[in-house]
Amino acid sequence: MTTRLISDLGGLPAGSIDRSEHEPTMTERRIDAMMILLRAKPRSFWVSDENRRTIESLEPTTYAESAYYERWVLAMKSLLLEKGILTEAELDEKVSEVRSRKQLAKI
Amino acid sequence: MNSHTTDHEHEHDHTVFQKDIPEPKEDWEFLEIAIRELLIEKNVLSAREIQDEIEAWEKKNPEKGAEIIARSWVDDDFKNRLLNDGNKAVAELGFTVESLKLVALENTDELHHMVVCTLCSCYPRTLLGVPPLWYKSREYRSRAVREPRAVLREFGTTIPDSVEIRVVDSTADCRYLVIPKRPANTEKMSEAELVKLITRDSMIGTAEALDQDGQRS
Repeated sequence: MTTRLISDLGGLPAGSIDRSEHEPTMTERRIDAMMILLRAKPRSFWVSDENRRTIESLEPTTYAESAYYERWVLAMKSLLLEKGILTEAELDEKVSEVRSRKQLAKI
Repeated sequence: MNSHTTDHEHEHDHTVFQKDIPEPKEDWEFLEIAIRELLIEKNVLSAREIQDEIEAWEKKNPEKGAEIIARSWVDDDFKNRLLNDGNKAVAELGFTVESLKLVALENTDELHHMVVCTLCSCYPRTLLGVPPLWYKSREYRSRAVREPRAVLREFGTTIPDSVEIRVVDSTADCRYLVIPKRPANTEKMSEAELVKLITRDSMIGTAEALDQDGQRS
């Protein structure tokens, strides 16, 4: 019995293809830009295979249900932690700070 | 994108316009902000670099690929070089596909190529811009290799049964560029006019090039 990788979709049954297009949002553009910059020279923090490895090792439900760039930002997070560029603690702190700041801005 | 700065004829309320920028709602959108702010604070990246990279991305579009295809239509020697060594041939036109092997595939009356990346979303971004959403979708990735004719029909592309369909699966190290068939009655058209017939989808192989009048055939 083999366990198929979550990313190994070739040949599986699937529904019709939604061909609608959308202009990428700023969030998507920034994730894309940061991913390129962190991977490219002169930083070369990781190679594209490591990027794929982190995406492919996401929880199967996360992989299946998340948006494309959501998977990218989750992969970027694991790689930044793995390479010691950011720590879990500072990232958690920053996320709560951003959340409360954005929440305040709405009131 | 820049309708705000280029189109000042119509009246609009600037306060309302600002609200068009969506507020982050999802966890991953907050995560993006947090990562970006931390990387900037720690001088890993600069805001300017991120902005420049976004602008560089916006300049990448399928037109580059179309220039390459148009040249291959008018210059057989170039086409042979392109089929022989994609990276070297596109460099002649000033394009580089860094650290990836570029393979050009010619569509003929007997053979139609179609490109997919079943494992992720590998795509010749330098030549075609950012891949369309459907290219990255579970449905396209799953079905392209199993029932390409049905997929092509969904795209409104009918390839006669007598034509072999060959689906190629991209890898992290290899990118494919389809050379669509040159449409009939375009012998007198200039290279610049031909470029307009070469669509993104025709270079992925989910469509044919537009006909001599710029219509889908």
